[in-house]
Amino acid sequence: MEIFSIMMLISLMIFSISISLIKSLLGSIIVFTVYSLVMAILWQQLNAPDLAITEAAVGAGITTILFIFTLKRMRPDHSNHSDNKE
Amino acid sequence: MTLLHNYYESASIILFGIGLCTLMLNQNLIKKIIGMNIMDTSIFLFLVSKGYIAGRSAPIITENYQGVNAYVNPIPSALILTGIVVAVSVTAFLLALTIKLYESYGTVDLEEILKMKGDDHGVNNKLPFS
Repeated sequence: MEIFSIMMLISLMIFSISISLIKSLLGSIIVFTVYSLVMAILWQQLNAPDLAITEAAVGAGITTILFIFTLKRMRPDHSNHSDNKE
Repeated sequence: MTLLHNYYESASIILFGIGLCTLMLNQNLIKKIIGMNIMDTSIFLFLVSKGYIAGRSAPIITENYQGVNAYVNPIPSALILTGIVVAVSVTAFLLALTIKLYESYGTVDLEEILKMKGDDHGVNNKLPFS
């Protein structure tokens, strides 16, 4: 089990470095979701199942929804948006 | 060798450094917010790993109470349960500010926003959020 935890920690580092390196915003948000899920697995390894449930629901679920919502508000277009504004 | 023994703590400090680099080096505001989230989770990992004691079970009483020495320390996980929720609400607040910045300036790149702000400064001095 120790080697499994170490593998998960190394994959966390790889994910967090690749978040900074990926150019696309949607890609980095998806990688951050995977990061949160791996962190939930790690909390189960640390014998804190309440944290694992909360991280999987809140960290991976709600945070991703918030980021995608922000991206959707930003992405679409300048034309539609400025129409709304004026 | 102590660093390798306490590999959870070492990894959490390394993750904190990576999150700080993501926060400081990227000009995109959304990536800055993701970097702040990475810093949050690394601090949570540090504190929970401080409460972990190897060889003990999760602090949930199933059939009979087995004594204090059978369970890991539940206090850090109870504190960090609050911390996760606070981190999510701070993320929601920062994303709302990012949306307002995008509506004012049309971009989320911090450098362009600062450039635009510098250009606007003498020409029309209306507030950006008006």
